[in-house]
Amino acid sequence: MQCAESERTFDKYAEIAQDLSLAEVRRWKSEHPGAKAIGYFPVYAPMEIIQACGMLPVGLNGAGDRLDIQYADARFGSFICSIVKTTLEMAMTGHLEPLDGLLFSTICDSARNLCYVLKRNFPHMYLDFLHLPHNPGSPAAVEFLRGEYARLQQQLEELGGCSATPEGLRHAIALYNQNRALLRQLYALRAAAPHLLRTWELYTLMRAGNFVPVETHNQWLREALEELPARTGKPRDSIRVVIEGSFCEQPPLDLIKLMEEAGCYVVDDDFILGRRWFTEDVPLDGEPLTALAESYLNRAVYSSVRHDFRNPRHKALVEKTRRLNGQAVILLIAKFCEPAYFDYVLFKRELEAAGIPHLLLEFEEKAFTFERLRSEVETFVESLLFD
Amino acid sequence: MTAKSEYRSQIHQLQKDLMLQWYERLDEAARTGSPPTVAMMISGNCVELLEGFGAVPLYPEVNALQLAIRHQSLEPILAAEELGYAADNCAYVKADIGCMLKGITPTGGKLPVPTLVLCNFVGCNTYIKWFEHVAELQGAPLYMLDVPFFRTEHPRREDIDYVVRQLQETVTKLEELIGRRFDYDRFREAVRCSAEVEELWSRIKRLAQKTPSPFDAYFDAITLMGPLYVHRGTPAGVEFFRVALQEMEDKVARGEGLYDQEKFRVVMEGPPPYPYFRTFRDMFAKWKACAVASTYSTVGGLWEFGFRHDPDHPFEAVALHMLAHNVTNRNYLQRYEQIRRYVEEWHAHGVIIHFVKSCRLFSAGQGDMRDYFTRTLGIPTLYLESDLEDPRYFAEAQTRNRIDAFFEALEHAQTTGVSISMEKRRASGALKVIS
Ligand code: SF4
Ligand code: SF4
Repeated sequence: MQCAESERTFDKYAEIAQDLSLAEVRRWKSEHPGAKAIGYFPVYAPMEIIQACGMLPVGLNGAGDRLDIQYADARFGSFICSIVKTTLEMAMTGHLEPLDGLLFSTICDSARNLCYVLKRNFPHMYLDFLHLPHNPGSPAAVEFLRGEYARLQQQLEELGGCSATPEGLRHAIALYNQNRALLRQLYALRAAAPHLLRTWELYTLMRAGNFVPVETHNQWLREALEELPARTGKPRDSIRVVIEGSFCEQPPLDLIKLMEEAGCYVVDDDFILGRRWFTEDVPLDGEPLTALAESYLNRAVYSSVRHDFRNPRHKALVEKTRRLNGQAVILLIAKFCEPAYFDYVLFKRELEAAGIPHLLLEFEEKAFTFERLRSEVETFVESLLFD
Repeated sequence: MTAKSEYRSQIHQLQKDLMLQWYERLDEAARTGSPPTVAMMISGNCVELLEGFGAVPLYPEVNALQLAIRHQSLEPILAAEELGYAADNCAYVKADIGCMLKGITPTGGKLPVPTLVLCNFVGCNTYIKWFEHVAELQGAPLYMLDVPFFRTEHPRREDIDYVVRQLQETVTKLEELIGRRFDYDRFREAVRCSAEVEELWSRIKRLAQKTPSPFDAYFDAITLMGPLYVHRGTPAGVEFFRVALQEMEDKVARGEGLYDQEKFRVVMEGPPPYPYFRTFRDMFAKWKACAVASTYSTVGGLWEFGFRHDPDHPFEAVALHMLAHNVTNRNYLQRYEQIRRYVEEWHAHGVIIHFVKSCRLFSAGQGDMRDYFTRTLGIPTLYLESDLEDPRYFAEAQTRNRIDAFFEALEHAQTTGVSISMEKRRASGALKVIS
């Protein structure tokens, strides 16, 4: 395995992914004087619209264990997940300074209030809240969401003194379609040969894309796809697991590594889910904002923060696990993440009915020791390997 | 000795009767399959629409709070946790699901499987999960009525249209399920009744601007909220609020307050700790502190600033109510502004922020709210933590000490003449977020 060089590349991605100074964003801005960068809080944002306005979309994923919380605890107190606090802390300590705006959406009550707490504390920053519909089955939803996207576009145009054309939007959609298609290929490759592409590598490669232009990220993804088949890893004694529940706050990198060391081949996960939001390409024909809206409603992955009662996500999880020959599901949930807690109940019920073993693990992004979690995963894996 | 803080009179009996009638109709529905019932959330409820079918609302929140007030919430909460709910999930949901699993009801009568589970989502994301689970566990049909969050300065035309179209879809769905056509005239009549109730209720609330206030707009308001949500669209509801207003006006005319001598006036933010309702209330009564306004009493609708359902445009009126005129769907800064107005227009001495562990909608960010009121506006603020449903999170001694310390300080400030200048408040922190 010509690993050394390739691993160094992934180390570089890991550094970018976890860099709190947003150096890549700063660099892009210095290369594009006057251009704006717009951050978005997880899980999903229509990056294409930001891109088409000539701006850099920046995905935020909290601060992990790299920031001491000094101010945010007093504002958000107990029983609130970490990412809400670390994001506020980043803002209050100047780490979000390269961003000209920040988008939130209807994922949960804590994140929603965070949007407005930020608005009060940073009155000059552009902050917007997108209502992404919870009733995709209603014929009224497409029109509504199209209107919401048009509102966003208009706000961005005012902010940037620019205008996004339909061609520009289509071009952006094409770029992100490529991005998602490349990620789908990488995910498929890992599911087929998990010993060739480790999860922490795929994860950091994907997450690094949050901070660079999509064209650059597409290039990185292509390079990875070209290099990987030449790798010669040996299959290990591992069980094939699906990870579910880390769609918003992200588990620490060491925790992801630990799962593999403890004997898991991850065949699918929902890390940084917003980058893989669509199951197929957003159509390029027709009116672009409608295409984006209609794709959100009818072509999106299932998620704990996207409600679509036509396709219950607990059934989708079982179906996916079977399709990927998963042997088990690990529900990896951020502490105090209410959407994930709720979904656990129906996931558990459905998995049990389907006879799929599962393990519940709770994490906090700011944690840095995992001994208890390690032994839980090891015990779980052993129970399945020697069953 | 604890001061007497409760006012008992005709409306309390009337309230009991009305709520019992409601539970009897639910029991009848459970036994005979009629009348049709619709499970719905209190927040921004569209009870008027149900009147168009003669359908009865089923509010799981009301059941949960009844249970907690009677100290019976722990058993169902534990049952739900056994099913997999987390210690940190909203305990309202757990109590409700636990009751369903164990067949517990607030009156001992039966509760029906609803004809439709109508998830009238306004603001609280937990509602969506809650109703998804209720529908799944009961095998009942579900309609998700998605109300856009109030994120702009004024309700947008697009938002109103989106909600109106979904209300019409709800009607179609109910017509299919019930097998009866929607009675538009009855719907419009219900909207008219609502407008009347809203006027009466607002006048009652504005009576608390008087010194002394004739009632407590937090603890007593909860008594009035049952009829407000269940019977708002009916003549019985109108009658109830007429009597209530009359009683309150009579008290004001006699110069009667909640206490023989009202000492403090506060604004309450956050839901009450139902499992310790009485105990909590007594902690304020001890200081003759009266809540003159509360945000919790506006979850189902915010009318004291002028909104009324318009019978000439009933669908739009219902949509507007859901979108913009209930505290749940309004953004956090609009809530700050609501409280600020209460302090000014209801002449309060301070704000009590009750952090409720279950409810992130209310509580996430209340530290920032406190910062706004104390530092930006200079208004005395007390921050307390417990829960609205789970009895395991009430630290009685600590809560009492903090309340005592707060009022001691206020008393000290009053006797030494240090008070907060309203002009200073006005000049400083008004947020431009309310519409
Ligand atoms: S981790 Fe969960 S609770 Fe926290 S902001 Fe994200 S979705 Fe909300
Ligand atoms: S989170 Fe709060 S508003 Fe939502 S259901 Fe629970 S108690 Fe009610």
